[in-house]
Amino acid sequence: MKRKKIQIISLKLLLLCCFSNYHTYSQDVNNLLKNVRAKLDKVNDYVAEGNMKTDVVFIKAPVTTVKILYKKPNKFKLKRGDGISLLPKGGITLNMSSLLGNDSYTSISSGETRIGNTKVTVVKLLPNNDAGDVVLTILYIDPVNYLILKATSTTKDNGTYQTKMTYGKYASYGLPDKMIFEFNAKDFKLPKGLTMEFDTGEKKPSNDKAKMKKGSIEILYSSYQINKGLSDADFK
Amino acid sequence: MWNLLKIELFKIFKRPRTFISFGAVAILVGIIQFGLKIDGAAYIQFMLHDISQTLDVEGKVLNGYFVCFIILQLLLVHIPLLITIIAGDLISGEANMGTLRLLLTKPVSRTKIVIAKFSAAAIYSLVLLIWMAILALLVSLLIFGSGDLLNLKSDYIVQLKSFDIFWRYIAAFGFASVAMLTVAALAFLLSVFAENSIGPIVATMSIIILFTILSTLDIPVFNVIKPYLFTTYMIGWKGFFDVKLGTDNQAILGSIQNLRSILVAVSVLAGHIVLFLCTAIYVFNKKDILS
Repeated sequence: MKRKKIQIISLKLLLLCCFSNYHTYSQDVNNLLKNVRAKLDKVNDYVAEGNMKTDVVFIKAPVTTVKILYKKPNKFKLKRGDGISLLPKGGITLNMSSLLGNDSYTSISSGETRIGNTKVTVVKLLPNNDAGDVVLTILYIDPVNYLILKATSTTKDNGTYQTKMTYGKYASYGLPDKMIFEFNAKDFKLPKGLTMEFDTGEKKPSNDKAKMKKGSIEILYSSYQINKGLSDADFK
Repeated sequence: MWNLLKIELFKIFKRPRTFISFGAVAILVGIIQFGLKIDGAAYIQFMLHDISQTLDVEGKVLNGYFVCFIILQLLLVHIPLLITIIAGDLISGEANMGTLRLLLTKPVSRTKIVIAKFSAAAIYSLVLLIWMAILALLVSLLIFGSGDLLNLKSDYIVQLKSFDIFWRYIAAFGFASVAMLTVAALAFLLSVFAENSIGPIVATMSIIILFTILSTLDIPVFNVIKPYLFTTYMIGWKGFFDVKLGTDNQAILGSIQNLRSILVAVSVLAGHIVLFLCTAIYVFNKKDILS
């Protein structure tokens, strides 16, 4: 009888311990997100310039200069001079503040891992509203500098996106120097009768890359002009 | 020789039917430009249907360079037919009219006469091509403006920057002139054998149509004979619109994906021109002129 009583008390203590730990962890995650957002909130608008590389297995495109405009809360535009831009369907999640822009999500802590040499906290964001395209976002946050190093978004219609960021002189604003945006690319085929191609006799590479059908857009930012004021007309 | 050439050019350009080709090119190019101006967006949507599943294409896809590419793709298959009308008539037409014997009474070698006639056909072909270049490229740029070019191939897309395109068109038209001279040489050769112009014109057209179909059909059984058909090399101008990739998988500006294959194509076509012309000279020198 006494032994059973001890067992019950032990179990209760264990549950209490677990619950309090979860509660503490949950609070930590919310604090972490709050700090990340506070950093991003310093930016009301920005105009960034940089070079964009498109790496999709069925596209041969040159490196081009781009201009990126952002204004709170969610205005975003990528301008590519007079040229043509080929961007992932559904838009690029280039702006982290748009991910954390509102509180309409539930955050779940998913432990810790490492990105390179940096220890990061993994946070899953589940949208409270199921009307949007994104069903799950996983953030990999540097808990020391409050910077998002990686974000993975799973969508209903457009597959899974992954954004990797490297920070430099604009880290205090939470703005990256380099961003790599990876996405799923579907196959591209046109009938040869339509394209009437010149057969050069070259053998098509049977690369694994084609099988993977992963595409990426890399933006190397050269400069930011932060909080200089942008009008809505600039986004048209 | 220069006088002979001037006489032959005079004969070609004094005929009203010579200008039918110029009119036909103007009408065809105009129709394509009109259609694309009115409903080009639907055409672009159709062509980019596959890519739009993955990517959003933003910017001015329907620009002068893109329109010129479509025109060349459609018309460079048909322009040879217009060239045969003149080249196929040069000797057989005179034989039919009975002026060939009169021509040969002049103290000029038969070889010189053949070369002068072929040179006149070549000049006509080049002028027709320049006319097409002005309408297809310059007028399209005026109507639709400039911009990047998306070259849609069967399994990939090449994006060319606007400043990296014009020289490619100059090179493409240069290549096309060699291709058109090949057609002119073939029609001219067949003209040597005939007594009236209908035969060589129809025969050349038939060869071009048959060979072009065999060259473009993507059926394995025909792949064996494709390298032996000169029409396979006539679309080599498209090679100027493909680029090499750098180590970082980015397109290298100003590069050509496979220059060697373009040079091979030019060599094959030039070889055909020399072969057809030499055969024409040989046959004409040996021929009994009865008409």
